[in-house]
Amino acid sequence: MDWTQTLFWFFFAMTIGSAVFVVTVRNLVHAAFWLMITLFCVAALYVFLKADFLAATQVVVYVGGILVLVLFGVMMTSGKLDLNLKLERGQMISSGIISIALLAILFLIVRRTNWQTAETQFDSEGTTSSIGEAIMGEFLLPFEVVSIVLLIALIGAVLITRKEVKKEDAA
Amino acid sequence: MVQQLSSQFLHLTSLLSVETVTPSEGSAPGGNWAQAFASQFLGFLPGWIGLVLVMSVVAAVFVAVVPLVPLVLVLMERKVSAWIQDRVGPMRVGPWGLLQTLADGVKLIFKEDLIPPQADKFLFRFAPYLIFTCSFAVFAAIPFSQRILVSDLNIGIFYIISISSVVAIGVIIAGWSSNSKWSLFGAMRSAAQMVSYEIPIGLSILTVIMMAQTMSMEGIVAAQNGAFAEGEPIITLLGVEVKGTILDWMIFRSPFTFLAFFVYFLSSIAEVNRTPFDLPEAESELVAGFHTEYSGMRFAVFFIAEYANVFAVCAIAATLFLGGWQGIIDEDQFIPGLLIIFGKTFLLVFVMMWIRWTLPRLRVDQLMNLCWKYLIPISFFNILGTGIWGLFFREDSALSIGLSFLIISLFVVSILGIVFNSFGKLKPADQTALAGNIGAANLQKLKTTWNERHGQQK
Repeated sequence: MDWTQTLFWFFFAMTIGSAVFVVTVRNLVHAAFWLMITLFCVAALYVFLKADFLAATQVVVYVGGILVLVLFGVMMTSGKLDLNLKLERGQMISSGIISIALLAILFLIVRRTNWQTAETQFDSEGTTSSIGEAIMGEFLLPFEVVSIVLLIALIGAVLITRKEVKKEDAA
Repeated sequence: MVQQLSSQFLHLTSLLSVETVTPSEGSAPGGNWAQAFASQFLGFLPGWIGLVLVMSVVAAVFVAVVPLVPLVLVLMERKVSAWIQDRVGPMRVGPWGLLQTLADGVKLIFKEDLIPPQADKFLFRFAPYLIFTCSFAVFAAIPFSQRILVSDLNIGIFYIISISSVVAIGVIIAGWSSNSKWSLFGAMRSAAQMVSYEIPIGLSILTVIMMAQTMSMEGIVAAQNGAFAEGEPIITLLGVEVKGTILDWMIFRSPFTFLAFFVYFLSSIAEVNRTPFDLPEAESELVAGFHTEYSGMRFAVFFIAEYANVFAVCAIAATLFLGGWQGIIDEDQFIPGLLIIFGKTFLLVFVMMWIRWTLPRLRVDQLMNLCWKYLIPISFFNILGTGIWGLFFREDSALSIGLSFLIISLFVVSILGIVFNSFGKLKPADQTALAGNIGAANLQKLKTTWNERHGQQK
């Protein structure tokens, strides 16, 4: 077997295995730890797809940003960190139905998509410049709309969390 | 004589390292050198085993050599702090105490490995590895000379940002798994600080990427090589071809990159949690921050990673803004690039230490205000300005360099004017104190208020 293939199957197994741990582990921080492994392995899979920029973005956004925020959220809201996660029986049934439905939808999408196989040769130029050209050219309007939506969300979050400063407090 | 020595040194470094494609040939070497090396010397093995062997050897050399830098830095920190505080620092082990860190390292290895009984043992053991790995993975993309570069990634600087952002997770895991209040508070502060200050760092780096029009570290270094002189030697001085000038460095290329350098440097001090931004390990409040419960070698791993981070952010600053491994003169003929980038980096590290041992610590709100209300708006202004600058001066590089030099000098002169003006308005006692030390000025103020309140004469 080729070494790239060996590595690919290694990361594939790691992704699935750690994802299973994310949902089965009882401790919330342990789940976050396994989620970190999963996100890293997904980044590695992007590398196998020759999407170097996307891989680095995956790490910087999901591991360096969102996972840190998730951990923060856990630490700030629950009060105690050793929160044990347990499912009630009713939740078991409803969550099972939702999961199976999601799985079916994903399976259908995967089967029906017309996958295009990329050329095997590595393009030394990388994908960065073509992504940049696409965002700044063809998809400029959607890009700007998304950034404005994010800005609105940001301002809204600040507005909600901010304590109103009363005059007697300020004095 | 010097040239002979330097050529011998270059020969040594080229033996140690690898033949990379020079940037002028315009192709990224990727991992090709390893493949070439493997096929040349280990051809009898199946292809990928040889490649894995070569990669492992490179990694082993890397892991063995790079921790020497923190060893030097720890000693340097102790000597610089001693010098600033009128002490002599470590003097017992070796001449002038040069072997002190080595002795400390041996001591730490032999210490008992303590894990608190209530700690989460798996994550407690895992966290140092995570931080260590991420700190050292950064070095893979930093070019230390034309030949010493592990991999010239197409997304070089972005890879560095992404890998170093993972350190925050390691810090949180270390703090949480210790099951101690001090560790948890330290970890929370540290992670909040790192996540906040990553934004001005990323935005400042973006201005450089906009100027260089590439994210590859080799490409950014190449972009600082004689845009003014178009790669041709300007003059020949004592047999040495002067290729570019300091004005080719990214920091002087436009007024906005000049500002971006200072934003980057300030934010990187906060990113590596050093004074005046060392709230995560504020000794008077939190014992030692997130690594309070760690002892022995695990503590040493955190310590080494911290200094590796310090070195890495300074090396990145030197590469992005100060011309990287290239000097003012053609480096192949005179001083090897390794010495040049180490000189620049150690200068920046020294400034960091100088700041650490001079300034007092900020409060949490001051820290966040500085980041969100000053550094981030300035960075956005820089990006806008760099875009406009690039739009106007795309063709005429000589004019743009001249103009930027003019604006930067005006800027520096006006800042100095403001500083001296406000200095002149102070009381004479404060002036003398400030000239010596800012801490002394505060002490003076404290003394005067104490005396006023308690009605005591000196």
